[in-house]
Amino acid sequence: MNVIKTLALGAGLASLLLSAAYAEGLQGKVIGFSQIGSESGWRAAETSVTKAEAEARGIDLKFADAQQKQENQIKAIRGFIAQGVDAILVAPVVATGWEEVLTEAKEAAIPVVLLDRGIEAPEDLYLTSVASDQVKEGRVAGEWLVGAVGDRQCNIVELQGTVGSSPAINRKQGFEEAIAGKANLTITRSQTGDFTRSKGKEVMEGFIKAEDGGKNICAVYAHNDDMAVGAIQAIKDAGLKPGSDILVVSIDAVPDIFAAMVAGEANATVELTPNMAGPAFDALQAYWDAGTEPPKFIITESKLYTPADDPQGEYDRRKGLGY
Amino acid sequence: MTRPTVDLRPTGQPPLPRPRPLAQFFTRPQVIALAAVLLVNWALFPGFFTITWQDGRFFGSLIDVLNRGAPVAILAIGMTMVIATKGVDLSVGAVMAISGAVAATLVTNGVSAPIAVLAALGAGLLCGLWNGILVTLLDIQPIIATLVLMVAGRGLAQLITEGTIVTFSDPVLIFIGTGSFLGLPMPVVIAALLMIAATLIVRRTALGLLIEAVGVNRSAARFAGLRAGTLLLIVYTFAGFCAAIAGLIVAGDIRGADANNAGLWLELDAILAVVIGGTSLMGGRFSIPMAVLGALIIQSMNTGILISGFSPEFNLVVKSAVIIVILVLQSPLSARLFRRLPGAQK
Repeated sequence: MNVIKTLALGAGLASLLLSAAYAEGLQGKVIGFSQIGSESGWRAAETSVTKAEAEARGIDLKFADAQQKQENQIKAIRGFIAQGVDAILVAPVVATGWEEVLTEAKEAAIPVVLLDRGIEAPEDLYLTSVASDQVKEGRVAGEWLVGAVGDRQCNIVELQGTVGSSPAINRKQGFEEAIAGKANLTITRSQTGDFTRSKGKEVMEGFIKAEDGGKNICAVYAHNDDMAVGAIQAIKDAGLKPGSDILVVSIDAVPDIFAAMVAGEANATVELTPNMAGPAFDALQAYWDAGTEPPKFIITESKLYTPADDPQGEYDRRKGLGY
Repeated sequence: MTRPTVDLRPTGQPPLPRPRPLAQFFTRPQVIALAAVLLVNWALFPGFFTITWQDGRFFGSLIDVLNRGAPVAILAIGMTMVIATKGVDLSVGAVMAISGAVAATLVTNGVSAPIAVLAALGAGLLCGLWNGILVTLLDIQPIIATLVLMVAGRGLAQLITEGTIVTFSDPVLIFIGTGSFLGLPMPVVIAALLMIAATLIVRRTALGLLIEAVGVNRSAARFAGLRAGTLLLIVYTFAGFCAAIAGLIVAGDIRGADANNAGLWLELDAILAVVIGGTSLMGGRFSIPMAVLGALIIQSMNTGILISGFSPEFNLVVKSAVIIVILVLQSPLSARLFRRLPGAQK
């Protein structure tokens, strides 16, 4: 009896919420967001940006932190379905095992949007996915360097991300594509710095020793900003000037790389935007208002930042985001 | 008239390390292994042994090996004592993260550096004491007891830093990680002083013997009148203290506390260094200088891989191959084989 009552109540609530949905934009919509956890500064920034984007649109965001566990995400999604939310955002922790729970969401007619990572499941189980193009990030970094050095001979050392991780593979590939065909640009050394500052510094120290005290290095390309920050310190310890003796280009656009730019020690970074939710909300709005089916893969912009782009302002803007 | 003598050493245990002729030191498998790794590095990169004087300090790959090896060497000093008592401390990596987080958060909030350093060391002591209490009072197996802090400690560090990398510009903290004394990097100086002090304390007093006694048989040691519990508390607290020093060095080195990555998996490197140094995981016999040597062997390999130009996919394969060779050389089997060689018998 109780179960039926609850169900009826839930259905009633859901229909109420649905009717409210015809109000302007996303005002009053209830959207569930299953976040992976907070394993990195970028992830924390994504969470805070998502909350801010939802608030600006008047969305009632239900936030669930999965603490890096898929089972928690599946539980959270089932919870959202039971609550009868209007839509669900998921940042999937792994690529597989989503068919069952996403089918349940589909049967409940709740659109699902994937954030920043893809999954291996039939495409009709989710409305769209919003992610960055990691190959493009590498390409933008490479193209900047090609433009910056011109015809000068340039030996590049590369600080890779964790061996076998998809950002490391893709950012390497994109960068190599950008410098392919330029005879004056060659990657002379490439090692993994595990995406961390201390490993980035240690690897860069080794490179500097092995390349004649750093005299044979014209630029360092780091797969993330943290490794670049470590490399900058190694360059300084070796008595060279980062930013001029050795150019520094990296990816992510975290606050500390802007601080380095202000000091003239970093030359360029490519943004991996933490704002994945903005495009997701826009797609949902277009879908509800005009019935527009969004493309299956929405690619976020990979914006290039150099010291000409007000690094102090960018630093201040990002500092409070939880990076 | 001669009296019959009795060998009081426990059977099956090689003699205790004590001062002996230099020649014997150089024929130890660890020393040979270190020399071999360094020579391979030299073959891969001819400038390996070149040391220059730059900006008031020594500069070169060999200095890098010492400098980068210092945190693991410091961990290994504490870990040796713990392992000698037949224990293990899995939490040292997490304690490093906690110590760095405490120091960085305090200085960025305007606390003076000496107090921040003392607070970080205090946090390390507390963590070690916690481990010791779990092991002695609650009698939990060391691997489980310290696993608690290994997992929870990193979370604690993330709580302190609120999940971000806390960047600081305090000159004192930075000096601990990157400064130099008499031309040598501070981490090397700290590790060397700690090694000498710890070795003197355990070998010039009865402390080393007592630790070994507890490691060989805790109950027997207690029945013989040793305060085994107190000794274990001291040993685990000291391991926490060492971890806190290593955490300060790592944070000072990158001018920031990275709670997610500081000291990550370094407990395993430290255990490996101790094992390479010939200390038995079954407790008893131990040697602090040899554990430090073990840490240097590991770091020589890491530095060698960096300057050799191998692609990173080979890093772990090369490392594991070298370690297997070293451990096989140290095994009882190969010791027996060596003894059969003519001339090797004393």
